[in-house]
Amino acid sequence: MMQSTVSTKREMSFSHLREDATTAVAHGAEPKIKIRNLDFFYGSFQGLKHIDLDIQEGMVTAFIGPSGCGKSTLLRTLNRMYDLYPGQRATGEILLNGKNVLSPDQDVNALRAKVGMVFQKPTPFPMSIYENIAFGVRLYENLSRADMDNRVEWALRKAALWDEVKGKLNQSGLSLSGGQQQRLCIARGVAVKPEVLLLDEPTSALDPISTAKVEELVHELKSEYTIAIVTHNMQQAARVSDYTAYMYLGELVEFGLTDEIFIKPKRKETEDYITGRFG
Amino acid sequence: MLPEPPRDRMRVQRLQDALFHQVTRFFAFSVLAILAAIIASLLYGAWPALQEFGAGFPFSAEWNPVADKFGGLISVYGTLSTSVIALVVAIPVSFGIAIFLTELCPPVLRGPLGIAVELLAAVPSIIYGMWGLFVFAPLFADYIQPVLSMTLGNLPFIGALFQGPKNGIGILSAGLILSVMVIPFIASVMRDVFEVVPGILKESAYGLGATTWEVVWNIVLPYTRVGVIGGVMLGLGRALGETMAVTFVIGNAHRISPSLYEAGNSIASTLANEFAEAASDLHVSSLIALGLILFFVTFVVLALSKILLMRLGRSEGEKT
Repeated sequence: MMQSTVSTKREMSFSHLREDATTAVAHGAEPKIKIRNLDFFYGSFQGLKHIDLDIQEGMVTAFIGPSGCGKSTLLRTLNRMYDLYPGQRATGEILLNGKNVLSPDQDVNALRAKVGMVFQKPTPFPMSIYENIAFGVRLYENLSRADMDNRVEWALRKAALWDEVKGKLNQSGLSLSGGQQQRLCIARGVAVKPEVLLLDEPTSALDPISTAKVEELVHELKSEYTIAIVTHNMQQAARVSDYTAYMYLGELVEFGLTDEIFIKPKRKETEDYITGRFG
Repeated sequence: MLPEPPRDRMRVQRLQDALFHQVTRFFAFSVLAILAAIIASLLYGAWPALQEFGAGFPFSAEWNPVADKFGGLISVYGTLSTSVIALVVAIPVSFGIAIFLTELCPPVLRGPLGIAVELLAAVPSIIYGMWGLFVFAPLFADYIQPVLSMTLGNLPFIGALFQGPKNGIGILSAGLILSVMVIPFIASVMRDVFEVVPGILKESAYGLGATTWEVVWNIVLPYTRVGVIGGVMLGLGRALGETMAVTFVIGNAHRISPSLYEAGNSIASTLANEFAEAASDLHVSSLIALGLILFFVTFVVLALSKILLMRLGRSEGEKT
């Protein structure tokens, strides 16, 4: 598995990873997503370098690191969002339920229905609150009006938004506050019943109270969904995640249980970043 | 404490501001004044005809300079039908052009194609007219009109539209030439408004598993609705008023017929053809009345588009 040309530095990180993988296996069964030797390119620039990572089912995995380290890029490979942009490509393997999603015969739309995503800024669609939720559901399911009503309510309850919007489902999604809009986007992602939820800095545009609500939500959702979250906020990673990956310049520096990463990181770089001496 | 600025400097600044305020207000209000003047002179010029033929003028199909009897129906019909044909053809084509340029086009082609579309808008209308008469019309008569007659011409109700003389000149030809002329307007406005849709909004829809079509139809189009309708109205405005190109290919015959192959006349082409030769005062006045009708039609179209936008806004959900 190891190549002799790989630097000592990387060998160290790989050996740590192997240990972490052992711990992970001890904690649960087969990981939901297995990333193996993933490289990512923006044209000729390499955004991700040889990433190996396991994302456990029913757990929250956080990606942290300074800006430009590739954490968002990594997230966007998991649902092949990069496919929309010519010149971006990924090599290696991302196994979701044992199936390589990077293979050309993967149905990208079906993949994205299975791997939902929430973005940095709330992005309600230009339609009513009800339609915002129903839109995604309609793409893949043909529900009766009553079933759709139930699904919309269910998704809004999941996102802890139902009580705030139940009287105004026909109003525009844009009429909500920023925090409500972001929870609407989470409800929209949940409504299509994905297996994995990708959160790309979901609270970076929100005030502290809305942030707390979204974090609480992440906590509640993880029993049913596998969640990967990118965050700039280390306290947030510590609060919401079970596993944490620290990335730097496109490489995975350290990956392990969040408690271990934050309390006794194995790598000096990780410690420097977490304690604020760098980044 | 800051020192007070010198008194006289303040006075000069205040004077400048007041002057600026007055000048800009004068410019803004001069638009209103010009509009009022145009309406007034149209009304004044059209008055004899409106007095002679009454309120039925726009609905009378009689246009007989020899007997001094005039009515606007033929020209109004020609203007509206050619414009409708132009939009029916131009809207889907422009939509396709704009989607391709913004969503599907490889980046290398985006610039050249976009410029080509804009250049199409820069072609003078006389060129379109000559091209329509000498190149398009013969080809249209030989190859397209027979095919349309054999296919669409056999349908119930709309079949009659596609029967008649196949000489390449007439309402349908004029409508198609107009569509070529308005496509660059509509397409470039659509492209510009599609480009301002935030990438993250489209990604959120793609992230739910939507296809490009579903994203464009359900997200991009509603998001850019106002701009798209504005673009269509811009195109319609041009189609309604277009004179030269239409005059070349519409056939300039004062008759109204169920067939789109028949020659007709639009308001603008009637004005262009007859103004110089109008002998009687009533003839001139009737032509001015046609101009007034065109003005009115354009106004109604604009008003309808505003109402349409308000309706759409309501169906999408209240913003407050």
